[in-house]
Amino acid sequence: MANVTLRSVRKTYPGGFEAIKGVDVDVGDGQFCVLVGPSGCGKSTLLRMVAGLETITGGEIDIGGRVVNQIEPADRDIAMVFQNYALYPHMSVYNNMAYGLRNRGMAEAEIKTRVEEAARVLELSPMLERKPRQLSGGQRQRVAMGRAIVRQPKVFLFDEPLSNLDAKLRIAMRVEIRKLQRRLNTTSIYVTHDQLEAMTLADILVVMNGGQVEQIGNPLDIYQKPATTFVASFIGAPPMNLMPLRSDELTSQIAGADGAGIVGIRPEDFVITAETAAGGVALGLTVEAIEHVGAETFVYGSRQREERGVAANPGELPPGEVIVRVPGATGPAVGERIRAVAPRDKLHLFTADGRKRVSP
Amino acid sequence: MQKQSIFQSKLLPYALVAPQLAIVLIFFYWPAAQAVIQSFLLQDAFGLSTSFVWFENYLELFKDPAYFAAIVRTFAFSFAIAVSSLSFALLLAVMADKPLRGSTLYRTLLIWPYAVAPPVVGVLWVFMLHPSLGVLSRYLRAMGVDWNPLLNGDQAAALIILAAAWKQISYNFLFFLAGLQSIPKSVIEAAAIDGARPMRRFWTVIFPLLSPTIFFLLVINIVYAFFDTFGIIDTMTRGGPGKATETLVYKVYTDGLLGGNLGSSAAQSVILMVIVVVLTGIQFRFVERKVTY
Repeated sequence: MANVTLRSVRKTYPGGFEAIKGVDVDVGDGQFCVLVGPSGCGKSTLLRMVAGLETITGGEIDIGGRVVNQIEPADRDIAMVFQNYALYPHMSVYNNMAYGLRNRGMAEAEIKTRVEEAARVLELSPMLERKPRQLSGGQRQRVAMGRAIVRQPKVFLFDEPLSNLDAKLRIAMRVEIRKLQRRLNTTSIYVTHDQLEAMTLADILVVMNGGQVEQIGNPLDIYQKPATTFVASFIGAPPMNLMPLRSDELTSQIAGADGAGIVGIRPEDFVITAETAAGGVALGLTVEAIEHVGAETFVYGSRQREERGVAANPGELPPGEVIVRVPGATGPAVGERIRAVAPRDKLHLFTADGRKRVSP
Repeated sequence: MQKQSIFQSKLLPYALVAPQLAIVLIFFYWPAAQAVIQSFLLQDAFGLSTSFVWFENYLELFKDPAYFAAIVRTFAFSFAIAVSSLSFALLLAVMADKPLRGSTLYRTLLIWPYAVAPPVVGVLWVFMLHPSLGVLSRYLRAMGVDWNPLLNGDQAAALIILAAAWKQISYNFLFFLAGLQSIPKSVIEAAAIDGARPMRRFWTVIFPLLSPTIFFLLVINIVYAFFDTFGIIDTMTRGGPGKATETLVYKVYTDGLLGGNLGSSAAQSVILMVIVVVLTGIQFRFVERKVTY
C-alpha cells in the first residue's frame, strides 16, 4: 500500500533524445492510474523508470514516501506484468509464481499457501504443474498476474498486458484485472495505447503525447472536458470532430467564441434535424458513408463549402469530414443531404494551435 | 510448382550431383571400406603375406592395456577440453552480451582464433611454453613451477588441453552469444524485479535457458577433442613424453604409419568411426527435439 509520486521526471538518452520531458503525476494509495497515448509517446519508458529498468536522468520518483531513483528494481517492492508475459519458460506455473518468493527467502510452506491462493483466485489450480508453453495466451497472462500478486507488493505495474490477447479475451481480462485490483486495493500503474481500456480501468487517467503529459484527471472529466485537441481526438471512438473556425458559417453561428480557433463536437452530440440551435452549430452535410454497428449508426458526411484535406494528427478527422452518431440502426442514405445540429453547451472550443481549451 | 519440370533431361540432375557424390565416395566411403577390410587382415612384418583373421585385431586391442589407457586418456582429454573451453567461452559471451562501447570489435576479435589452423595453434603454444624458449615458461619458472612439458607427462597433457581448448573458445563463444541474445530481455527483467541478484539470475534463469545450446556445444566439442586435436598433438608433443598425450586418433597414426601394424590401426579407426556415428546420432536426435527445458 503506497502512493507513487513522480516529480518532474525526465529521461534523456545519451544521444540527446528526450523521451520524457518532465512529468508530474501523483497516484494515491490504492488508486488505478492508466498512462495512455500513441506509440512512442514515452508511456512505457515512464513505467519502466518506475520499475527501475530504465535510469532516471532528472526529477524524482517516490514510492511509499521513499525516493527510489537509485534503488534496484528488486528493492522497490513492485511487481510488473509484461506485454509478452515474460514467464520463465523452463519453470512450471507453480515455480514461476514461487520464484520471486524463494528469492526473498520465504519459507516453502508460506510460499505454497500464497501460490495456491493466487492460483485459486486466477483459476489456475489445475495447471500448477504445467510449463508456460502448454498454456493458452489467456492462461499465460493469468500466470503473469499470479506472479505479481503472490508477492503482495506495494505497487503493480502493467505494461500493455492485454495487447497480445484476442478482442473477446481482452475485455474479459480487463474486467478481471479491475476486480482483482479493487479487491487487493494495491496501487497500480497501467500502460496502454487503447483508449477504451484506459477509460474503463482508470481512477486517474494520464494522457501522454511526445514525452509530455497532455492531461491528468478522472476519465469522465477528461472525456467531457479535454484540455487540448490532442486529448479530444485521442480519447473517444470515433474521435471528436475538430473543425477550424475560419471566416465561414461556423464562426458566425457560435456565441461567445472569442479567442477560439478550433471547435470540437463529439459525434454523439449531433442531432439530425431541420431546426437550429441558438448559439450552437448547424452543419449542412452530404452523406458519404454509413457504418452500422447495430446499437448505433455512424454517418460520415462531408461539409459543403469546406475544402477537404489530410488529417493533421493520427485519429483526427480530415478537415471537411464530419462523423455523426445516430442511435439505432436507422439513418440517412448515402448521397442524402442532411443537417447536423449541436447545441452550444456541447461545443468544445480550443485555441487555434489546439494547445489550450478556451471555454467553458 | 512441379520440381520435375525444371530439368529437360533425366540425366542432368544426376550429372550435377555426380561431382559431390564422387568426392564423398572416393574420399570417405572408399577409405572407410578399406579400413574395415584392413581391420580383418593381418600382415607379416615385411608385407609379404596377408591372411584373413576375422576379429583377431579387435580382440588383441581390447586385451591391450595400452589401448585401454588411450581410451581413458582420450575421454579425460575430451572432458577437460570441452569443460574448460565451454566455461570460458560462456564467461566471455556473458560479458560480451552486455551493452558495451565497441562491443562489435570485441566480439570480432574473440572470433578470430577459430580461423587459425590446429597445427599453427600447436606451434604458437609450443613457442610460448617451450621449456627453454618459451616466454611464458620463464614466468612459470620464476613462480617456482618446475615447468618442462618435454619430460613431464602431466604438464604435456595440460599443454595440449590448453591449446585445444583455446582454439575452440571462439566457436563456443559465437554460439553462446547467439543463445544469450535469443533469451527475451523481459524475462531477465522479470527475474530482476522478482528479486534475483545477477549471479542467481544467471544460474536460475539464463543457464537453464541456454541448456539446449550447451548440450549442442558439448557434443561438438567432444567430437572436436576426439578428432581435430591431431594437428595440435602432432606439432606439440607427438604423443609424448612416453605416451602421455597419445589419444585414440594419434594412436591410429603411430601404430599404423610409424609402427606398421596396419591391421590394428585399421581396427582402431573402425572403432573411432563407430564412436563418431554414435555421437552424431545423439546430436541429430537432439537437433530434432530442439527444446530440452
